[in-house]
Amino acid sequence: MKRQPISTGSEWTFELIRAYDREIARLAERYALDTYPNQIEVITAEQMMDAYASVGMPLGYHHWSYGKHFLATEKGYKRGQMGLAYEIVINSDPCIAYLMEENTMCMQALVIAHACYGHNSFFKGNYLFRTWTDASSIIDYLVFAKQYIMQCEERHGIDAVEELLDSCHALMNYGVDRYKRPYPISAEEERRRQKEREEHLQRQINDLWRTIPQGSRKNHEEDSKRWPAEPQENILYFIEKHAPLLEPWQREVVRIVRKIAQYFYPQRQTQVMNEGWATFWHYTLMNDLYDEGLVTDGFMLEFLQAHTSVIYQPGYDSPYYSGINPYTLGFAIYSDIRRICENPTEEDRHWFPDFAGSDWLETIKFAMRSFKDESFILQFLSPKVIRDLKLFSVLDDDQKDELVIPAIHDEAGYRLIREYLAAQYNLGNREPNVQIWSVDRRGDRSLTLRHQQHDRKPIGESTGEVLKHLHRLWGFDIHLESVRGDQIVQSLHMPPRGEQDSDEHTRLELALPPI
Amino acid sequence: MSYVIDRRLNGKNKSTVNRQRFLRRYREHIKKAVEEAVSRRSITDMEHGEQISIPSRDIDEPILHHGRGGRQVIVHPGNKEFVAGDRIPRPSGGGGGSGSGRASNSGEGMDDFVFQITQEEFLDFMFEDLELPNLIKRHLAGADSFKTVRAGISNEGNPSRINIVRTLRSAHARRIALSGSSRAKLREAQAELERLKREEPDNFGDIQRIEAEIERLRARIKRVPFLDTFDLKYNLLVKQPNPTSKAVMFCLMDVSGSMTQATKDIAKRFFILLYLFLKRNYEKIDVVFIRHHTSAKEVDEEEFFYSRETGGTIVSSALKLMQEIMAERYPVHEWNLYAAQASDGDNWNDDSPICRDILMKQIMPSMQYFTYVEITPREHQALWYEYEQVRETFPHTFAQQQIVSVADIYPVFRELFQRRLSA
Repeated sequence: MKRQPISTGSEWTFELIRAYDREIARLAERYALDTYPNQIEVITAEQMMDAYASVGMPLGYHHWSYGKHFLATEKGYKRGQMGLAYEIVINSDPCIAYLMEENTMCMQALVIAHACYGHNSFFKGNYLFRTWTDASSIIDYLVFAKQYIMQCEERHGIDAVEELLDSCHALMNYGVDRYKRPYPISAEEERRRQKEREEHLQRQINDLWRTIPQGSRKNHEEDSKRWPAEPQENILYFIEKHAPLLEPWQREVVRIVRKIAQYFYPQRQTQVMNEGWATFWHYTLMNDLYDEGLVTDGFMLEFLQAHTSVIYQPGYDSPYYSGINPYTLGFAIYSDIRRICENPTEEDRHWFPDFAGSDWLETIKFAMRSFKDESFILQFLSPKVIRDLKLFSVLDDDQKDELVIPAIHDEAGYRLIREYLAAQYNLGNREPNVQIWSVDRRGDRSLTLRHQQHDRKPIGESTGEVLKHLHRLWGFDIHLESVRGDQIVQSLHMPPRGEQDSDEHTRLELALPPI
Repeated sequence: MSYVIDRRLNGKNKSTVNRQRFLRRYREHIKKAVEEAVSRRSITDMEHGEQISIPSRDIDEPILHHGRGGRQVIVHPGNKEFVAGDRIPRPSGGGGGSGSGRASNSGEGMDDFVFQITQEEFLDFMFEDLELPNLIKRHLAGADSFKTVRAGISNEGNPSRINIVRTLRSAHARRIALSGSSRAKLREAQAELERLKREEPDNFGDIQRIEAEIERLRARIKRVPFLDTFDLKYNLLVKQPNPTSKAVMFCLMDVSGSMTQATKDIAKRFFILLYLFLKRNYEKIDVVFIRHHTSAKEVDEEEFFYSRETGGTIVSSALKLMQEIMAERYPVHEWNLYAAQASDGDNWNDDSPICRDILMKQIMPSMQYFTYVEITPREHQALWYEYEQVRETFPHTFAQQQIVSVADIYPVFRELFQRRLSA
């Protein structure tokens, strides 16, 4: 039953966008994709650059770093070095997706399928997003944050706020709770609580740092205990709650940065899954459109050309190589799950006894809902995908003179490759493990951090700068100890210690100006 | 359910504030780049933006990350030749297939961050902190300097300026005022009619009388027009004279044999900087070019810079000509007068005191600012010392500086026009 194509030309109109959206929604309905309502916004290339520069937030507070992003984007675009992204989609309810005016009808349809049904259903379905973000309140919160920071700028001056934001941004990746779940609240609630917090917090902190000598001597023992009793992973949270010298408004700004970091945390953990899922669905939905005769051959060729460039993976020796393309990897894994369910081979039955031959839609949705990149790869990266992508691993050990290839895409290597690749997407491995270790509460109030080394990897050279920022927030001395096993192998201090008491541990040379 | 929204008409400059914040933060870098660009660029080139580059490390936002070293395993795609257990020598310099993403990132991190600023911003940075000395808004110039401003509401005006809200509001008020008493009577009459119908339905005489009354009142209310001519209100616009100032700039240059093309080029750059600077401060500027050797002549720009002549040097001839032109065409009460003189310092020895006299007695009293630049690497000669006396007498309006090479132009320019605290 061949039908009339929806459109034949490459020009788009609002009616056509609605018509395509209707058809794609109908097909998505067939796969029971659960989505937030869509808000499709047509914007110009200049507006796309703005959207780009604000790193995926529809409205953000003002900060020079976004200006830097913008200038870089603008320059790249104006010189034609860089095309703009086809799409930006925001995890909100309704889900906001941007279509660029310059795109052809085919590209618009692709973006609708990719963003409005792919990403959208991922945002709504994946457990990390469900736990950590609240799509319905994020816009409200961003409005609150923007206004609050604007007020602070009026009251305390642009420079004071900018310095504070710089410091917070430096520690943004250490401003997330990895295990505790926050409760989403509405914007009014947020404003009300913010007032409360301001008052209470200062009182508590005054208590904590009380210097009036206490009558009883019993507290002595208590004082000598390490505080905080457990290491703290959320450095910004710790600063917000316990930094001795911050003003209430500064605590609130720390909190805003922390909240936004938390909002983006799931996105950083599900890049492969998220892009793969969206790519899988645009591919599936567009093919369905074609099968029903709703689009022309020319449309399909244009689509395939775009799709192929999205999932293009240059080899390790190509000049264009810059790591594994998350679109390619994710798309390959999801497609292979479908294949394993529909046409399992002997190998698949051996590797994936749980779901080989089962209902593909159920399996693929389960995969989308319940994992993050690391566990997703560990569970679903099949030997076929490893072979297709010709994955191999390289071991770089600074104690050996040569690089070693521990595993390649063969029977002996599948498992190893899978583990290595999963570990590569483990945020815990990608970022140095730095936690707050102790505070010298009765002495010089210095804050000590511990860096637990992983595979003897040292901490990067910009650490000194980050410690400066931390020092600004904390207000007293900062120490960072790098620990290998139980042994402290390196320590950094802010303000830096003079040369006379540098021990053999301080091997890292930092170009820090004397304070 | 999807909503499609056309946002194309929304503002596109959402990032402007952030961009300004960036420029503000790195203004020192940008200023330096602009100053370098000014001395490097040809002067005719001054009318476009500039590419600014800042070392990336200065604008990096530091985060905690792993450094090089330790033990790491990285998975790459596209294997062609390797089998498990292969050993390969470590490639030097990171890059290539075996460097980790992170390592090569930090390896390439030293590139400059390059971006573009507009011409407007370029000139702003260039002339920042500079001020036209003794800028006085002298005179209200001709008819072209009126601006229209809103001045409230009037009862008369052009139909295209009708203020609909005000008009209808006043019509409404008039209707209430004119029909108010009739309405009150009408309400009473209606209540009376109700009562009669209810209590005395047989009293036809009164009912008819009241019905007639109601009819009469209604007709009366209806006669009040919905809109009357004196309801009409118009937005009033008035013309205000705009205080603009006019300036004239005299460029004086020595074209005697001792001035080489390179010296003239330096002088030209200095003049153009001055011209651009004046242009940002005054709406109307005249430029008068006077060149001289033993005699002075008013010429056009082309001839001023490019034609060659030789001969001795008598500076006072130029000053005399300038004084004549001032008296003839640029009355002091209407014009701000500026002059820039460039020379290599040579002058007929007897002439220098005459120059001083002309300046002190005739020119300087009506001058806003007179700058003298001497383009020479050599010792000062008589003219410089004579001019120093002028400077002592007019310390606020006379300045002299020496330029040796092209790179000096801009610093000297800044020096001359440095913003001064108003005394």
